[in-house]
Parts: sequence; C-alpha cells; structure tokens
Amino acid sequence: MSMPFYVSPEQQMRDRADYARKGIAKGRSAVAMQYADGILFVAENRSPALHKIAEIYDRIGFAAVGRYNQFENLRIAGVRLADTRGYSYDRRDVTGRALANAYAQTLGSIFSSPAELPVEVEILVAEVGSSADDDQIYRLTFDGSIADERGYAAMGGSADQVADYITEHYNEGISLSGALRLAVDALGHDGTEPRRLEPDQIEVAVLDRTRTQQRKFKRITGQALARLLAESAPAAPEPSEAPAAPADEAPTEGGGAAEAPAQVPPAAEESAAAPADGSRATPAEDDVPVAPPEEPDDRPL
Amino acid sequence: MTAEVGGRLPEAFLTPGNSSFADFLASYAPDLLPGRRTLPASDLADQVPHGTTIVAATFAGGVVMVGDRRATMGNIIAQRDIEKVFPADEYSCVGIAGSAGIAVEMVRLFQTELEHYEKFEGATLSLDGKANRLSALVRGNLSMAMQGLAMVPLFAGFDHDLNGGRIFSYDVTGGRYEEQAFHSVGSGSMFARGALKKLYREEMVATDCVTAVVQALYDAADDDSATGGPDLTRRIYPVVAIVTADGYRRMPDAEVGEVVDRIVAARMERPDGPPAPLT
Repeated sequence: MSMPFYVSPEQQMRDRADYARKGIAKGRSAVAMQYADGILFVAENRSPALHKIAEIYDRIGFAAVGRYNQFENLRIAGVRLADTRGYSYDRRDVTGRALANAYAQTLGSIFSSPAELPVEVEILVAEVGSSADDDQIYRLTFDGSIADERGYAAMGGSADQVADYITEHYNEGISLSGALRLAVDALGHDGTEPRRLEPDQIEVAVLDRTRTQQRKFKRITGQALARLLAESAPAAPEPSEAPAAPADEAPTEGGGAAEAPAQVPPAAEESAAAPADGSRATPAEDDVPVAPPEEPDDRPL
Repeated sequence: MTAEVGGRLPEAFLTPGNSSFADFLASYAPDLLPGRRTLPASDLADQVPHGTTIVAATFAGGVVMVGDRRATMGNIIAQRDIEKVFPADEYSCVGIAGSAGIAVEMVRLFQTELEHYEKFEGATLSLDGKANRLSALVRGNLSMAMQGLAMVPLFAGFDHDLNGGRIFSYDVTGGRYEEQAFHSVGSGSMFARGALKKLYREEMVATDCVTAVVQALYDAADDDSATGGPDLTRRIYPVVAIVTADGYRRMPDAEVGEVVDRIVAARMERPDGPPAPLT
C-alpha cells in the first residue's frame, strides 16, 4: 500500500510562492507613479501590440507583469466587471477599490486552491481622483495580497531595485516629463549595469485628471513620447558632445522643461555616473518614428 | 449581479469570449438587456413616454444631428426637456425616436458596447462596424416593438476611411440603411425631410448645416404635435451634435440659442421659413 508523501501546508505554500516568483522574476518591471496632474504608467515592453498597460474604466488604469495570457485574462475580467457595474449602476460607481478587491480575492483563491497552478503575474490598479490626495495605487501580487501604495509602485523581476531608485529621487508634485524620466531611469536600474531605455522599448500611458473627456486614460506613443522624453533628457552631455543638432535643440528644450526642475538633479547625477551613454540617441534621432525591434524577444513580458 | 463584489470574480468574467459587451451580458446577466422582458399582451404605446423627431445632415467635413426636446404620452406632453441625441463614442452620435425608456437604455448599452470593444481589442470599430452592432441591438428589441414599445435610432458619425460624415437609419427589425446627405426619423420626420429637401446644399459649412437642420426641425414642430419647437420662454433649445474629424461636440445652448433666435426672427416675417427658388 502506497502512501502519498506528506507535505506540510507551509512547505506547500512556499513551493507555490517560489513557483510564481520565479515566473515573475523573468519578466521586466513596470512602474506606476503619481505626478502633478495624474498617474503615470511606464513598463518596459518591446512589443507595440501586446500591452502591459491598459484602460479599465474612466479613471482606472491597469498594469501587469508576468505571463501575458494570465494577466490579459485578468484585464478582460476587470473590463467586464467595470463595464457591467457602470452599465447597471452608474459610471461614478465604478471604483478602483472594488476592482482591486475582486482581483485580490481571485488571485488569493487561485493561489490557495491545490487544484490550480498559481498565476505568475503581478498587477497594479490605479485610480486617478479629482486631486492628488484622492489618487489610489494598489499593488497586487500572485498570492492575492494587496498593498495600498502612496506616490509610486513598482513590480516585476527587479521591483525592489527599481523602487529603491525611485524612492531616492521621487518627490511629490513631480511634472509629467520629470516623472517619465525618473520612471525610465528607474526601469534601467534593474541590474548591476544601468541601462538606457529608448522610446521603442517602453510602453507609456497616463491617467490625466485634466483631460476634459470622461475617460482619463491616454497612451503616450510615437512622437509624443519621444518629445516628452527629450524634454526631460539629461542636460549634461551637451558641452562635451559636439554635434550641431542637439546644440540648437538644447535651448528650446531647456525652456520647455522649465516646469520640471524636480527631475534635474537625478538626471544630472545619472549621466555623470554613466558617461558611457554619450552615444544615446539625440533628441533629433528620437523624433524618428519608432520601429519594431529586429529580433523578437522571447522573455515573458 | 452584485454577488461578485468583495468575492472572487465569477467564472463568466474569466472565460474567454468575444469583444461584445451585449453578448457577455446575454450570458451573464440577461435581465440587464433592454429587450429581454416579457410584457403583458396589450398595446402600451400610449402609456409610456415617446420621443419624436431627430434630423441629421452631412456637410463637408462632418455630420450634424439635431433632436427636439419633447416626449409625449398619448396627447400629454410627458417631458419638455428630454435629450434624445447622445454621443455614441468619440466619433459618432446616436439619436432616438420611439419608446423613450427603452431607447435611452439601448443607447447606454450601445455606448458601453463600443467602449467595451475599444478596451477589449485595443482598437476602435470601423463606422460600418458600429452601425452593424447597433443593428443587432435594435433587433434584440423586436418582441417589444411588436407590443407597441418600438424604438428606432438614427446613427451618424465621422468615417476616417472616407474622410466624411455618414448617416445610418434603422427599422425595428434591425434593418440598417445608409442615407445620403440627410435623413430624419420620428413622427415629424416627413415634414423635416420635406423641408431639408429644399434647404440642403452639399457644399454647406457646419454652421449653415446647423441652421438648415434646425429650420427643418422647426417645420416638423409646425406640423406635428408630438415634435417640440424651440421653447423661447424657457430657453429650451434642440440638442445639436456635430461630429467632425476632431470628434463629437455638443453645441452649447448659447450658440444654439443664437441660431434659433435668427430663425425665429426671420419667421416673424415669413412664418413658413425661407423660400426656395422655383427652378
């Protein structure tokens, strides 16, 4: 007579958590960050078609990392939940809190059900309020635990390093271009060597409370993204670099970025610490339409 | 319906499906769909509010849709400031004639349907695609239409592929017909269409088009008791929606008031409105 191996519940949970964590750690990180006029989402994502950031409802955005099919399924469920509630009650009755709760319950019960494999995803649900005080960012992990974050949240493979970088440089009321620069720099600080992410490697969207439309979610892509990144580009390389293009671009950019003094110190520091990045794209090069990456990347999103 | 709040998402939400919100509701909560109720077998037509005339016309660069503000219940005016023209999404609008309660719910479903598709697929439907979806929703209401609770929408939008405005009309069975230049639905529609035949010019700009369409609505109210003309004492004016490449825009009441004031002033001189040349 054979007896099944006894595995203690603690061990079982540890194994399941390790399984999920390993899956998530393979993916790249994503960030949500409050800025003066709303909430910014930035994710490292080479695919222009498979999104990690999405709109759920008027004021609610969603970002996820991990296995695409799993978080896509959760995204669709969120859209269905929001639309059903909005249709049967009212648009104002759709809240980020209810959505985050539903996700937490769902992830939690999948995690503790022995019949199902834990999902290898992490989710951010953010809701933009009428003022910065009403903004909400929820971070949900594979086991259904939910954290109510202030200011910013990071998730994915190297969430801790990314979050540390943001903690160091973040301040409240940061401008959009400042927040974008900080988020992009933070996503680049996920290993031992800082990387510089180009516009075609990131996916960006905002929940902009100043939008007149009911739906506050807006993707920032192509030229708009390149312009916004150029606006907050580190100013340090220009004296050492000779090319004419950035030189005549620089004064106008400086004027445009006047509203964003908050992000200057980190940017300057960063470029001083990494002089090797002098070869990065100049603003003029950033303006060319982004092309899809040459070789498809097979890492999880 | 509310069982999911605070609990795990129901299986239906996590089941792969198509991008139609109406199809999802039909499987998850069919009671929420407007056309799914069984009614007592009697004619309810005179016992519920009915919306009346909607007029739409295209101009170079877009389309205008105007709706009067009256709802009637038999011989009673049920409401004098009802709104019957709505944005369907950023580049289209929908006007309704017929049983107001059902029609307004239908519009809400249609708006959700378009938004749901957009979020689900990450792309917007083509204008024909939107028109066909509306067709399916109208067809779902057929059994209620047979009992006197008929509603017919008028759909108009900006087509980015053709770079111009287009108008679609419907019948209660969901039949969808594309209209050229202008169209009208509702009880006063034949008068409005007659007026527009004489007033419409293809080369009109938006402001002229608005004037022509409001003139047509005035003519409809002139001859149809269920269509409300501009209410000058209460300052209740028709709803005017303009859809162009820049998107949907509802004309502010102050601007509509100016158009109405000019029309009314001219009709003080000539009550039947502007004359058209004989040849």
